[in-house]
Amino acid sequence: MGIFDFFKKKTSKDIAKDRLKLVLVSDRAGVSPEMMEQMKNDIIKVITKYIEIEEDGLEIKVSQTESESHNGNVPVLYANIPIKDMKKN
Amino acid sequence: MGEVIVVTSGKGGVGKTTSSANIGTGLAKLGKKVVLVDTDIGLRNLDVVLGLENRIVYNLVDVVEGNCRLKQALIKDKRYPNLFLLPSAQTRDKTAVTAEQMKKLSDELREEFDYILMDCPAGIEQGFKNAIAGADSALVVTTPEVSAVRDADRIIGLLEANEMKRINLIVNRLRPDMVKRGDMMSSDDVVEILAIDLIGVIPDDENIVISTNQGEPLVGTDTLAGQAYMNVCRRILGEEVPFMDLFVREGFFSKLANLFRS
Repeated sequence: MGIFDFFKKKTSKDIAKDRLKLVLVSDRAGVSPEMMEQMKNDIIKVITKYIEIEEDGLEIKVSQTESESHNGNVPVLYANIPIKDMKKN
Repeated sequence: MGEVIVVTSGKGGVGKTTSSANIGTGLAKLGKKVVLVDTDIGLRNLDVVLGLENRIVYNLVDVVEGNCRLKQALIKDKRYPNLFLLPSAQTRDKTAVTAEQMKKLSDELREEFDYILMDCPAGIEQGFKNAIAGADSALVVTTPEVSAVRDADRIIGLLEANEMKRINLIVNRLRPDMVKRGDMMSSDDVVEILAIDLIGVIPDDENIVISTNQGEPLVGTDTLAGQAYMNVCRRILGEEVPFMDLFVREGFFSKLANLFRS
């Protein structure tokens, strides 16, 4: 990516590619949106036992990351969980 | 021994039948003995695209059920002495044929022909399973759209799970003008996502509609799509053919067209 691309607006082709890449990761891994929702709820249940979190801000998704051990990309579960308070009570 | 090639896509309407007709006709023009098999039972179409709809007596289901001999069902294209069509049945459904029967049919055709092209129905159900049952290699057709590419990815996964030896990609209906302004994925973009070998890029060409209207495949004619399909045929035969520079030619032709228009 060149230095000027930074200022360029994303073309619709770039949006198509980004969306496709994301949807294909979950397609290939066989992870359905329903299952993700269930998993998210379970994660919330477990974590709220210990710390107070911002439930609405919680975001989890399957994406890709470069593998350290073997070449190419591997799927990764990404979770962003905003904390309200480290100590419960 | 002939090679059995399945033409498939997952999504409907991306150009499987048009590609089958043109590649089959092109291979016949290059001197190969070719049979096109329409495996889309219930939605017969390859016959009209080839202009052979008035000559059907027996069909694929008649052959597998033993109502006629294989030779009786094959329609010889009078324009090309090496080209044959095995039409599908219009009044039956996909369950009329099993994968085992298709495998047996493929082996029979292999004895007689250099190339056997299976035109696969859309979807991933029985019709798809039948079409790939006897195939040695696959041509996956897609257009540069998110829905078609997503379905192509699914199909590639299924083909790999079925241990298909070779899977090649055809990117159909590419519009160089849209690619140039960043509003359409290029063939490179599609290859990057699907990660299989590219064997053809077919530009969006209104001549395809005209040739389908007339029932005469345009492969090998002096049209962009006609040349692109002929290149695919040569690559299937193992020739190294460089990919056409669609961007240069498009510019030239649109300029020329504009010149006459004004």
